[in-house]
Formats: sequence, C-alpha cells, structure tokens
Amino acid sequence: MKDSVFRIDVFSKGKDYRGEALKKRLNSYGYAVEKIYVSDSYIVNASLSAEEAEKLSAALTNRVTQQFVIDKPYVLNNFDFALEIGFLPGVTDNVAHTVREIAEDLFKKEFDREKSFFSAVTFFIKGTDGNSAEMISAELSNPLINRTKIFSKSDYEKNGGFGVDLPIVHVKEHASADEVKIIDDDEYLSKLGKMGIEDERGFRGPLALDLPSMHAVRDYFLKVEKRMPRDIELEAIAQTWSEHCKHTIFSAEIDGEKDGVFKKYIRAATMEIIKRRGDNFCISIFEDNAGGIEFDENYMVSDKVETHNSPSALDPFGGSITGIVGVNRDEMGFGLGALPIANRYGFCLADPEDNDPIYRSKDKSSRMLSPRRIMEGVVSGVNSGGNTSGIPTPQGFVYFDKSYKGKPLVFVGTVGLLPKKINGKPSHIKKAQNGDLIVVAGGRVGLDGIHGATFSSEALSEGSPAGAVQIGDPITQKKMSDAIVKEARDMELYNSITDNGAGGISCSVAEMAKESGGFVVDLEKVPLKYPGLAPWQIWVSESQERMTFSCSPEKAQKLIDLFKSRGVEATVIGTFNDSSRAIVKYKGEVIFDLDMDFLHNGLPRKILSSVTEKCSNPHPAYAEPEHGVLLKEMLGRLNMSSFEFISKQFDHEVLSNSCTKPLQGKGRVNSNTSVIKPLFDSYKGVVLSQGMYPSYSDHDPYRMALASIDTAFRNAVASGANINKIAILDNFCWCDSLNPARLGQLKEAAKGCYDAAIAYNAPFVSGKDSMFNDFKGYDSSFKEVKISALPTLLVSSIAVCDDVRTAQTIDFKSEGDAVYLVGKTSKELCGSEYFSHLSEKGIISQGGVVPSTDCEKYISYYKKYSEAVSSSLIASSITLETGGLAFALSRSAMAGLIGAEIDLSSVSADSNLRDDEILYSESQGRILCSVRKDKKAGFEKLMGENAKQIGEVKGSKLCVKGISGKTIIDEEISLLHSVYKKRLAKY
Amino acid sequence: MAKVKALIMTGYGINCDAETKFAFELAGGEAEIIHINDLIKNKSLIKQFRIIAFPGGFSYGDDTGSGKAYANKIRNNLSEEFSEFVSGDNLVIGICNGFQIISNIGIVPGYSKLGEGDVALEHNNHGRYECGWVDLNVSENNSVFLRGIKSLHVPFAHGEGNFYAEESVMKRLVENKQDALRYSKNGSPAKGEYPFNPNGAMDDIAGITDVSGRILGMMPHPERYLYFCQREDWTYQKEMLEREGKKVPEYGEGLKIFQNAVEYFQ
Repeated sequence: MKDSVFRIDVFSKGKDYRGEALKKRLNSYGYAVEKIYVSDSYIVNASLSAEEAEKLSAALTNRVTQQFVIDKPYVLNNFDFALEIGFLPGVTDNVAHTVREIAEDLFKKEFDREKSFFSAVTFFIKGTDGNSAEMISAELSNPLINRTKIFSKSDYEKNGGFGVDLPIVHVKEHASADEVKIIDDDEYLSKLGKMGIEDERGFRGPLALDLPSMHAVRDYFLKVEKRMPRDIELEAIAQTWSEHCKHTIFSAEIDGEKDGVFKKYIRAATMEIIKRRGDNFCISIFEDNAGGIEFDENYMVSDKVETHNSPSALDPFGGSITGIVGVNRDEMGFGLGALPIANRYGFCLADPEDNDPIYRSKDKSSRMLSPRRIMEGVVSGVNSGGNTSGIPTPQGFVYFDKSYKGKPLVFVGTVGLLPKKINGKPSHIKKAQNGDLIVVAGGRVGLDGIHGATFSSEALSEGSPAGAVQIGDPITQKKMSDAIVKEARDMELYNSITDNGAGGISCSVAEMAKESGGFVVDLEKVPLKYPGLAPWQIWVSESQERMTFSCSPEKAQKLIDLFKSRGVEATVIGTFNDSSRAIVKYKGEVIFDLDMDFLHNGLPRKILSSVTEKCSNPHPAYAEPEHGVLLKEMLGRLNMSSFEFISKQFDHEVLSNSCTKPLQGKGRVNSNTSVIKPLFDSYKGVVLSQGMYPSYSDHDPYRMALASIDTAFRNAVASGANINKIAILDNFCWCDSLNPARLGQLKEAAKGCYDAAIAYNAPFVSGKDSMFNDFKGYDSSFKEVKISALPTLLVSSIAVCDDVRTAQTIDFKSEGDAVYLVGKTSKELCGSEYFSHLSEKGIISQGGVVPSTDCEKYISYYKKYSEAVSSSLIASSITLETGGLAFALSRSAMAGLIGAEIDLSSVSADSNLRDDEILYSESQGRILCSVRKDKKAGFEKLMGENAKQIGEVKGSKLCVKGISGKTIIDEEISLLHSVYKKRLAKY
Repeated sequence: MAKVKALIMTGYGINCDAETKFAFELAGGEAEIIHINDLIKNKSLIKQFRIIAFPGGFSYGDDTGSGKAYANKIRNNLSEEFSEFVSGDNLVIGICNGFQIISNIGIVPGYSKLGEGDVALEHNNHGRYECGWVDLNVSENNSVFLRGIKSLHVPFAHGEGNFYAEESVMKRLVENKQDALRYSKNGSPAKGEYPFNPNGAMDDIAGITDVSGRILGMMPHPERYLYFCQREDWTYQKEMLEREGKKVPEYGEGLKIFQNAVEYFQ
C-alpha cells in the first residue's frame, strides 16, 4: 500500500497562462514580479496503492499540457520563492470535493467526505524579495479563509517541497445542550443579549437581542415555561428575532404610528395598487421567498433582491458568492420552485485606489481589506456563483462613494420563472401538512456561517465573528436546483419547500412549521461535515446550499432517491405536526421545546421615534468651467466610467434568453436595462432595471426615493416595457438606524416610495432591508473612526415587454437621425454627480435643490413614449440619470460610435439655467432618443410638447452649442470613448 | 418519417441542456435530456439516438481543469457504449464545456484511443472568464454540422477556451482539414488579436472536427443564436435593414448547425 498521506502537484509542461495572467495583474499593482508558475496541489489522505496514486494523478492531469509529480518537489530552476495557498480547516474546498468524486468514480469506492482530499495552489515566483513575497501572499489570500506557506527556493528544496499538512477540523466534542441562566437583572440580561452566551471558551458571539427582547425571553421562561432556557433555545430565538429575519426596525412602532414604516408605506402602497388594478398582475406578494407577477397566460416571473454586506466586508469573494447563490435559492424556494433565469448585481464600493488603511481593532493584523480587494472579491464572487450555476447575469451596476469604505453594499438578485399551474394546481401555494416529514437536501453542516443573521444585524466591529465567513459551492447547488425545478417539483414529491438562508434550519424549519402548526426534529440525523458540533451549532449553522422540504411520508424516500441519483445528499430530520410546539431532540433527549407562537410572535415590537431634519443650503455660486475639459473630467469619474470589465466576465448569454445586452452598441457602453426572453418559443420579454441616488439621501430623502422609483420605472419604459406591467422591489440599506435622524430619513424615504408607487401604479412585490451599514474601528493612526454608508435605497424594476423585437438600446444608430429630449430640465443639482465633482475639487459645497419628481405629469407622457417604442418610432432610447444630459448624450454617441450636434437653446428648460446646469442637472422624468427622419412627424404628433428636438446625429464629434449660440463642446467621440473606458480598465 | 433523436447529456453542472434541446427541436428533430447517471444505469438507452450533444456548462465546476472530471466519468463507465456510438454513422457535437469534455475523451480530433486527449483548452490567456460575441471563419472541411456555412457570428462564454495542440497534432489537423472553425476579424484571420480571438487560442482555432466529419467540438455557442433578436447588435442591424427596405430575419446563424445535423438523417 501507498503511504496513506501523499501529495500530487500538477503543473504546465509548456506555457503557463494562469501564471502569466497573474504576473501581469501583480505588475499592474506595482509588484516587481518577473515570472510566476502555478501548480495545482492535491493532498491525499486515503489508502491508495502506488498504482492507484498514479492513476488518480493521471485523472487530474491534462496529458497534452500538464505533468504531475507525486510526493516530490516540483523542481524549477527559475524562481526565488514558493507560496502555497490552501484553505483553513473547515472552509469549503470545492476542488477537493470534485477530487473525491473523481476518485470515487475511478476506484468505485467511497472516501471520507472531509478528511480524504484537500486542494491548494502553489505559486513559484521569480523576482521578489522576502518582504514582497509576504505582500504577494497577502494579496492573493485572505487570512480568514486561507492558510499560506512561503518558502525561499533553498528552503523549498531543503524541505523537499511543501509537504502534506492536513487541514482537518478538530472540534472539541461538545455534544450537549447547556442550560443558560436567566435572572431578573438588566445588566446581566443586556450583556447576554449583546455579547452572547459565555462558556469555558469565552463568549460564543452576539445574540443581538436588546433589553426589551431579553425581558420577553426572561418572562417567557420564568413565567410560562417555569425553567431555564437551554443554549440552543436562546440561539434559535436570537436568529428568529434578528433584525435580519424580522425587520424589527421596519416594523417598529414609530412616532406613535402603530403600523410601522413597512406596513404604512410599502405594504400599503401595494395593497392599494392591487385593489385599484383589479387584475391578476400581482400573484404572490410579500409572502414568500420572492415576489411573483404574471408573465403570460401560463407563466409567472418572480424577483428577489438581497444584500450581503457584512460578510462581504470580511471576505468579499465568499460574501458575494454566498449572496448570489443564496438569492438563487430564494427563487428555487419561491412557490413550489421557480427556475432561476437571470441574476442582478449592484456593488456600492469605495474608491479602489484608496490605500489608506482602516482597522477593526487597535492591532495591525486587524486591517480591513482594501477597497480594491473588496471590489475584486465581490466581482469574482458573483462571477463564480453566477457563471458556475449557469444563470445569466445581465443586469447590474457599480456605485462609488467613500462612505462604503467600512462596509461595501453588495446587492444580489435573481429572477425566476414558474408555470402558474403545476399539474393543474396553483404553483405559488404550498403547505406543510400535519404528519409530513422534514427533508433537508444539499450540503452538510459545519461550523461555517454561525451567527450570520445576528451578525448582519449589527455594525461591523472588533467582535464580529470570523466564523460567519463561508464560501459557496455552486455546483452542489446546481445539481440540487436541477433536481428540484426540473424534476421533483413536477412529480409533486413535496408539499412545501423553502431555502436555508440566515439562521439555517432553525429558521427554515420553524418558518415552514407555521404552515402545519409545529414540528419535532431529531437533530442527530442532520448530516455533519465533521463530528463534535454542539447541538445549537447544528441548529443555527448557515452552511450553504441547503433546501428544506415538507414531504408526505410515502413520497419522502422517492425525493431522497431522486436527489441521490443526481449526486445530492438528502435526509429526513423530523416531522411537521400541528402541536403548536417547536421541539428539537438530540439523541432522544428533548433539548428545545418552545411555544410556536412565542417563537414567532414573542418578539416585543420596538418603539422608536424619529426627527426630520430639513437641511437646505443655497445653490452655490461658482464660475462655469470650460466645457470640453469638464466633460472629460466627468467621464473619467468612477461613477461614470465604463465597468465593462465586470459586464464581460458575467455570462449574460447562458439560457439563451438575452435580447438587449449589458454592453450596447459598437462602442460597448454599459446600459441601465436588460431585456430578456424567458421562453424559447415566445417573443414576450422581461425588462430589468433599477434606480438609485444615495447622494441625494442626506439632502432630501423623500425626493431621493421619488427619483429612485421614477428612474427604475422610466428605464423600463425607455427600453420597451409594457407601462401597465411594471413592478418594483425595494432594498433599504440604511445606517445607524436607531438614531432618530436616520430614522427620520428612513420614514421620509418610505413616504416617497408610497407616493411614487401609487402614482405609477407599480406595486412593490418584494424587498429587503439592512439597517446597520456602519463600521466602527480605527484609522491609519489608530484613532477611533466610524464610517456609515450613505442611506441607500435601491429600487429595482421588473416589467413585462410584449414583444422583445421592439425593445430598444441606447446607441445612436445612424447619421441624420433627429435627437429629441423628452421632459423638462430644471436647476436641480443638489447631490448631483456634477456637484460631487465640484465639491471634491474644493470649488463648492453641495447645495441647491435635489431633483423633484412629478410622477402624475410624467406618467402622461411616459404612456405616449411607451407607445412610440412599441411601434418602433424611435431608433435609440436612454434615460437621463446620474450625470444628466451630458452623460446621456455622451453614452448614446459613444455606444453608436457616432457624433451629434446639439443645441442647448432648444432644450425645454426653466429660464434661469446656465449651460453647465442644463448639461448636468439631474431633473427626473427625462429621456433622450433618436428618431429616423421619416418617422419624425409621427413621433412629434404622438409626443406633442413633451418632446423637443435638440439636435441631430452627425459626424464623429459631440458638438454642443450653448444657449448663447457659441459652441461649448467640440470633442471627438473616439477621445471621449477612450476617457470613458480608461479608469476601471486595468481591473 | 420518424424524427431523428438527439440525446442531450446533462448532470454535474452542465447548464445549456435546455437550450440545446430546443435548438434540435427548432431544427426539426427530437431531443431528450438525460442525466449521465441515468445513462450509466441504463446504458442501452444510447441506442435510441443518432445524435449526442454535450452542451455547455460548468461540469464539476471546472475543478481540476474544465471537462476533465465529466470525461473521466464517461471513460470509467460508458466507454464501450461511446466507442460503439462514435464508430457508427452517428453525430456528436460538443459545445463549450461539451467541447472541453469531448476533447478530454479524445473523440476530437480522435487520434488516440478513447479516454486520451490530443488537444487542450487552456485558461484564457488574459486569465479571466469572458462572455461576448465573435466572428468565425469556416475553412474547407467535411463536417456534417458545418455544411453550407462559410462564416458564423456567434456568442461565446468561457474561462478555458485557449486551444492548444502540439505542432505535429496541429499539422495533422490542418492536413486532414479538421481545423474547421477559426476566430476572425472582419473576415480575415484574427491572428491572435484580442478581442477577435478572445482567449489566445493557437492559430485562432475555435472548433475542430474528427476525421470523419461526424463529430464537432467548438467553444462558441450556436444554440444561443437561434433568433435574430439574440444578436448583440440586432437593434442596430434591424434599423439598417429597415432603412434599406430589407426584411429583418427571424432566425439566427446558429440554427443552421442544428438543421444540418437533423437533415443528415433525412
């Protein structure tokens, strides 16, 4: 027999493309690296004969381009340092799982899932000294998930390579549920709520329960149950009651208003719209994992947008990949299971060139990842999660502001497709029945992702648990998704389904048990990655890629067998019942026994009060800049630059549903909308877009919300949506949300949401909030610092397009086409990208007015515009958003790689505007379009006074005449285009 | 006459199965998606089919190298059935991950025994996954799938599409006219120039056939361009055609590949 532990290294025989690409990347960040060779390393801990070891190595090697060595150093002459990056014990190692599957298929025997195979990548680096080897190691790894080894060439040779350290998890057995003392002492209770349960190893991590919640817990156990709680009960209550799960702030009584912000504004708007519409557009709203609207006679589409901010701050790759595959699961768990058909993303980030460090504690090793690392990480997380899952990712944005330096905002969304009826029964209705078995499918449970829900309910600080970090396994999920949505669903193998997200099975089982009225779980039946987990850890772990099902006893085995044949593990862990009790047993002993009603409804409502602060600064006085220079400066700003590097690495063509693309025109300019065609044999489409203006929030949150909804709505209209079939989603990412001033902003924004949704007849179908996007830590000189994200409201829109063949893109198409501006321009520049630019240059401070939004007025001409698009009267269409007219004009011209002559005196504007104000005002309700000459009359007749011709598509330059008649911009499109593309190109 | 049946392989992360099935159906054939484990369990199923398609996707997450693990699974469990299938008068197409799989199995270009590859699809030379559209030139060849096609505008999406073969293999490919698909720039060879050749592929190779012309492997995705409105620039093309008084086409250029396959059996 071969030694039971050995190492395989696989490396390129010829050119090493990965090494070369990495070298280039490191060079661009300033590392003096001459050459990098990469080897894939596999550490095997299994009884294999020498012959079997050879056979396995050959299976891991491409014989045309690669070679392998077993237990021998990969000897190269031309390197100075070797760097091995593997995973810390317990971190998901997807490659190792594949190697195990390869070995099992090859040798037709089973290996231990977690202890047999490990993967690492080894880099051999030429041209670096000790110091920068450390820096490169830090550049390529994350200490929260990776283990690294650095050897000089001589050490590498002396030691015969990196050897075979096994990252096996050793958990000190703690297989019982501990009683936790509850006493009537506020100081004690506060500490317990804030710091979590204390055991011999210290505090386990925050429960994030405030004092009123702890009082409810105290009263329940002392007065109702008349016993002390066990740790698992407290942990589960904390998960179920977390801000993340219960939206305690959104539903709190505020300023004496019993209904709370969500119910009074968001939900109320939708209910009123549903009543008024009286149609079947809204099918499943606010009740399920996503919101569902009618697509056509036979199908509905569902949509959900999530945030994954806190995890992404610590491990941006892991945070964003678990975010995207998590929201995919929301669709798989919508109704009886929707097919994910498109992903959305949105990243709010700090300047990637900002290298000024910040720290979580007064300790150099607690340095937060740099904004650049966070950007790269969140982008590659969605790349890996979306691409690997085979779900297109057409729609997204990036937004930069320094307030996102402490915690980035990572929005991830997924659109689903679901037949309205499955075997004749409505697909959005599901119910766990009394006596159904609880089946959990997918990945196994480990220590990863414990305290995710409670962690994201707090500000990021020193005490934030690193154990909350996890890495997704999109392939396990893909196998499970196919088995559910393409097979089990239509075979009716389950009565109810939901995903495991925050709080793991503690939340999914308890949530689904509301449908039947109670449950009993045998916790020892939950498959574990490794032994030794305490019961509470099994119950609340957020280990990824798991779904929970309610199955009638005669069908459970069929479901489990189906999953098995698709390479997915599934297990019965208990029973749903109607006992009104939530019961968990561990090896026969009851360790959790709570009243269902207390678990779900025992949380005392928060009572909050807010203050509304009116801040008004006058419109600043400053000299008008030189326009050619200004335009190029603006196009080079982070928020205006092309993010093609992101768009092109997300597969938007898979599933064959893409119609209008993330990069449009010959000039490949980022668009704000995507049109997809969900069914192979139908031209009916779905339009996806969004609107967001965080820079308005601190000046006028009410107008910010109106503008966001108007933009999301207008984008959909401009690209071809049926104006009567537009729905919206809200994502509030607030900061410091117990602060009355922040709550005042929240309330104002919610009011804006209500007003705009009602005016546009566009219901909110789903939403999510994240209330504490604050970072508390230390700056570069270890002074305390708090960084709060701008109050950020993302409004996403999803709409039906009756025929994708009439959808429109942003690029000017042809010389001679007339350029029209729809809507009116006012002096509304407060919070605009232009004023941000001037502020950053020290020329002004923000002031003036935030753009107002007159929904009633806009909707009348949006209807006409929508008709113009669907009857193909226009040849290009783009809305005016951040950056105003100047940016919209530039984008249409750059996308078409064709110039335009524009006359600002033709713009329908208030009389007091200067040229720069007309060009950069962010007045809402405006759309820029081009119209073929022979269609002008038809277009003008339809639009009337609401559209004014402001110029013509012409030549190779953008020429703009100011109101005085003087040419103020005269720039080659090719030059503007190169400025626009440059800033983020190196990433 | 009974419609010809195509077997669409799936499982372990293949993700273009549904659209590939639809492509064969739109082309006039019949198609069925079968999970590799079901095929292993019931190997004789393969006899019902005259076409096997390996669609695109991320089988086994591309771990240990794209296509490798799925190819191993075929070799370990279905080599007899596959050998028999490819030696008969049947067709096989591998698209993207499917091309990576069939080149690992070795049935394109088909110079070694089953299970031994002769060509490789390496990491893109820029080191990143990328999605976009490319133009291909079709050189003189005997591929059933490419009959009557001179050029193709088609989308691609991959992280490992960088074609490589040793000099002797490359020479043989050219001599045998198996070097069917090459990335092009305005009709001329891309000569490795990015983004026309999007991955650094040797000699601009985007796809190759076996010697008989019955097996095709290609990196780009013809099943993603069945309708005109899937084209990345269709709104522009539509405007131009309308202005010239021409009809806007209904279908996309990718469809022909599937039609050729179906017609082969008629």
